[in-house]
Amino acid sequence: MRATFNKTLVELAEKDNRIFMVLADIGYGEIEPFAENFPDRYYNAGVAEQNMTGIACGVAMEGNIAITYSIANFPTLRCLEQIRNDVCYHNANVKIVIIGGGMAYGPLGISHHSTEDLAIMRALPNLVVLAPSDCIEAKAATEAMIAHNGPVYYRCGYKNEKDIHRGAIDFKIGKAIEVTEGNDATVIYTGTIGYNAFEAVHSLERQGIKCRLISMHTIKPIDKEAILKAANETGAIVTVEEHNINGGLGSAVAEVLADHSAVGVKFKRIALPDINVSLVGSQEWLRGKYGMSSDAIADTVKALVFSKTS
Amino acid sequence: MERIKNEEIRQSDSYLKYQEFATSIRSHCIRMTNRGRSGHVGSMLSMADLLAVLYEKILRVKPENPKWPERDRFILSKGHGGAAVYAVLAEKGFFPMEWLDTYYMDNGKLSGHISHHIPGVEFSTGSLGHGLPVAAGMALAAKQAGKTHKIFCLMSDGDCNEGSTWEAIMFAAQHKLDNLTVIIDYNRIQALGKMEDVIEMEPFAKKLEDFRWAVCEIDGHNYDEIEDVLSKVPMIKGKPTWILARTVKGKCVDYLENTVSCHYKYIADDKLDEAIKGLGGQL
Repeated sequence: MRATFNKTLVELAEKDNRIFMVLADIGYGEIEPFAENFPDRYYNAGVAEQNMTGIACGVAMEGNIAITYSIANFPTLRCLEQIRNDVCYHNANVKIVIIGGGMAYGPLGISHHSTEDLAIMRALPNLVVLAPSDCIEAKAATEAMIAHNGPVYYRCGYKNEKDIHRGAIDFKIGKAIEVTEGNDATVIYTGTIGYNAFEAVHSLERQGIKCRLISMHTIKPIDKEAILKAANETGAIVTVEEHNINGGLGSAVAEVLADHSAVGVKFKRIALPDINVSLVGSQEWLRGKYGMSSDAIADTVKALVFSKTS
Repeated sequence: MERIKNEEIRQSDSYLKYQEFATSIRSHCIRMTNRGRSGHVGSMLSMADLLAVLYEKILRVKPENPKWPERDRFILSKGHGGAAVYAVLAEKGFFPMEWLDTYYMDNGKLSGHISHHIPGVEFSTGSLGHGLPVAAGMALAAKQAGKTHKIFCLMSDGDCNEGSTWEAIMFAAQHKLDNLTVIIDYNRIQALGKMEDVIEMEPFAKKLEDFRWAVCEIDGHNYDEIEDVLSKVPMIKGKPTWILARTVKGKCVDYLENTVSCHYKYIADDKLDEAIKGLGGQL
């Protein structure tokens, strides 16, 4: 997915000379085309994420679009105050791009995981929060992000993510995409874990349970209408995210349901438990350990569908 | 001889003009913090002379058009001293003088830390270490676009404890941002004590020279020195400029001068007239 992001960005930067890249010494093998094509709009701040964000903000305040870019939580947590005070408060046209959302950098360990980002980023006023699930969404999300005037957080995947969508999609910020139709339950996912949800929904279909599958590529602003419609029409919602259980997609969906007194809707969050992940393994292996394999997702949905409401 | 005499008169006139402006800034700050029962008056008094010269002579800004694209950018990184900049902007006509009365008040126009919602304020700060990276970003964008305006960032010495400041120091030198000038309000007192007891920055000038900046040390209350150096930036082509302006925290109110406590105190009602008279200000 990062290759798709970088390729799309180069295409956009060909047409729009306001686009700058300000990164923090990360991107080997991916960012070179931007650097070579636009040397006067490419700046490596060195291993200095706070300054990267401040520089990007200053560049954006002068009428430009500035991309910050680094691994997982580096461009968010290290420089959170710069994002809050400088970027969001001034509504600066800065796009914060992380490579490797969730546990994409699996065996590298928790320093390289981004599993609290959705909660933290969506708490910041003015910030749009995007988490595309496959390369088709990634391209559309990059274009939408650049077209949006204001700060955006973009949770990019790493590499070799499988496509969920087939062909063109209608991608709008804040508007969820219905991937499959169904009325027995709804599975709402965000980010690259979506493929496992997609497989789970197909497996359930073979078992006679027809689920609605929704890609919630925008965590903020969240698509309330799609959530309430799903609650009303399917009566059961499962959220799937590669993120700590606190504050991410599941919380955002639960907030919508609670605010609208969606009483009697069956609801379950699939997410990482509130722990520091210390197991060592690939992304897919770690997902399996925390109940996010396709089979585990299918089992959770099935259990919810057949559960009795109290 | 005649020429020199005229020069002396000219300097004398501008000296008086600066002094009058600085006195007015200090008077406003003393009144605003008293009315707001708010802190940081020492930091404001410390930088008043620097602001007087900047806004009277150096900065190319238009009060009637605060967003004029060719304006010089001025960022106050020590946002806690914002009242002093508000006083300057009101005096210069960026907004009505009455707004100063609302500083720190419920439903007030002016917050304790400087805000870009106010005409003439380039950037909001308050947490230290934010001003210089953004100023460097603005300087970078100006260079890239071939624009000739300058970027000035007024910082405190406490600002220089922050790692982000040093990240920006390295970046600005790397990219030869000679359109960027930092002025340090070097009063050597930070929130909990004197610099020598908290984080000693000396040899400060040498540090910055080693970090590839053009450095100059001046008396931050001497208008001639301030005007002279600010009129000549960049001091060295291809290098950002670092002006270490030695100042006195709480300057011009004798019992506040060089105290840690003037970071927190306001001047009480019964001392207000005396303090303003002491400045030479009008009651």
